[in-house]
Amino acid sequence: MVEAWEFVARRPELLAEWVLAHLWIIFVAIVAAVILGVILGIYITGKGKEQIADTVLYLAEIMMTIPSLALFGLLMLLLSAVGLKAIGFLPAVIALIVYGQLPILRNTYTAIRAVDPSMIEAGKGMGMNERQILFKIKLPLAVPVIMAGLRNAIVLIIGIAAIAALIGAGGLGAPIFRGIRNARMDLIIIGGVSVSILALLVDGLMALVERRITPKGLRVG
Amino acid sequence: MIKLEKLTKIYPDGTQAVKEMGFEVKKGELCVFLGPSGCGKTTTMKMINRLIPITSGKIYIDGVDNTKIDESELRRNIGYAIQEIGLFTHMTVGQNIETVPALKGWDKTERRKRAEELLELVRMNPSDFIDKYPNELSGGQRQRVGVARALGADPPILLMDEPFGAIDPINRVELQSEFLKIQQKIKKTIIFVTHDIYEAIKMGDRIALMKEGKLVQYDTPANILYRPKDEFVEGFVGADRALKGLQLLRVKEVMTTDPPTAKVDDKVEAIRERMEQGGVDSLAVVEDDGKFMGWVGMSDLASGKVVKDIMTPSNTTFTINAVLNEALSVMLSSGLKALPVVSEDNRLEGVLTFDAIQTALHEAVQTGKKK
Repeated sequence: MVEAWEFVARRPELLAEWVLAHLWIIFVAIVAAVILGVILGIYITGKGKEQIADTVLYLAEIMMTIPSLALFGLLMLLLSAVGLKAIGFLPAVIALIVYGQLPILRNTYTAIRAVDPSMIEAGKGMGMNERQILFKIKLPLAVPVIMAGLRNAIVLIIGIAAIAALIGAGGLGAPIFRGIRNARMDLIIIGGVSVSILALLVDGLMALVERRITPKGLRVG
Repeated sequence: MIKLEKLTKIYPDGTQAVKEMGFEVKKGELCVFLGPSGCGKTTTMKMINRLIPITSGKIYIDGVDNTKIDESELRRNIGYAIQEIGLFTHMTVGQNIETVPALKGWDKTERRKRAEELLELVRMNPSDFIDKYPNELSGGQRQRVGVARALGADPPILLMDEPFGAIDPINRVELQSEFLKIQQKIKKTIIFVTHDIYEAIKMGDRIALMKEGKLVQYDTPANILYRPKDEFVEGFVGADRALKGLQLLRVKEVMTTDPPTAKVDDKVEAIRERMEQGGVDSLAVVEDDGKFMGWVGMSDLASGKVVKDIMTPSNTTFTINAVLNEALSVMLSSGLKALPVVSEDNRLEGVLTFDAIQTALHEAVQTGKKK
């Protein structure tokens, strides 16, 4: 522990570099995962899409069960097969997007499906079109649940992103794996503790955001 | 105003929900769609604002075929209130009421003003409620907001699907009476769906009684009660039609007008004489300007010299427009033999007695049968 602290004091720029690289990967992955997950989640709540919804959610669940190392490996093969860069940032981000899908997708889907049908009927009866019902009723009501899914996904992604160092994506996984290879406990501790702190900080931040964007009438207490 | 012509609804699975329904609802009338569940009343109503597509037949609104009107435009000009109310829980009371005005593009101050007006109309203080959220309101308050929201953009037509169905019986009666008062002011053309015959008789100018998708009788509440067209109507009305008829009568139609009264300074002897003349055993005590104060009874006369000393003050009164069955139930539960009937400013207008109620009901049944 003491050595880890000394290392940080000696080479703060190294830690900063790892943290920034880590943040950048998860930022890109989360933004993409949210856009994809929410849009897909809304899409599969549409009329007559129950079959598609089941399939999509099932697929997302299966993805979650693939060990992250295996998924990185699989992506390397796939990406090199289509001629894209097979190591580093791109496969890491793609894998993280895949992992983030299930919580976001499932919560979006469930939350929108759970909107009280009487509100939707009232909206329709007052002359709202499908778009207005989605943006004025369904989405605002679904926000708290979607945000909960998002926070889940973010914590998950921050952890898994550490493993992405194995395929050369950098980030806080780098000191951990270097520490394991060279039996350097200080590096392992620096990487591990930083990942945990990061996860807590980002989750706390998201909790604040969640409070801000949850409509007042839906807040508990 | 609203005309149904051979209106038919057949669902994809072959169920015939509505069969060749045809009648006309006049402007400014409250028409109740009444019938057992599955009779097609809600389906018929929802075809008017096209929430349910018409299979065949036509609905004309002010002479215009409703399928020729843009769907959103049609619905924004027809107020809509449902049993579950469906208030948007993420919006304030004000925002809920402003829904249709907002959709129609009214500006903010105009919308807000309208919301305040409507809250006043449903007797909720705007400054107390406009910024509250639905989960901060009681069931009855939510229902009022639901009605206010339906009136949002002042639509000429109102569709109400069991709007008071989710409210406990006591509050329901109150909301019904209040809504009738509101309707006297706003004079909308209203379709009111219910399965409750009491509600239908109380609320309706006309009742469309339906059974298995067909119109059985379209008539005034009195005619439905006293001149049922067939056995189904008779059965639906029930054997206690005389009691149900209580709702058709207003207190002012039944009360004894110009009852003998007493003033606080009257002497006991004068009162005794007045009671004997009038053949009554109690008199209403009024102030000089006619405001009701209480009662003086025959048995009290021995205990004092002037009315002031022996009267029993009371503030149980009924206004002239109250429905008869409500007055009767107060008489029964309070044990009062006579109920003072007052105008809006509490001036005594008459007295309601059991005898008068009995006579009025007997007459109603007799004239109904004769017609």
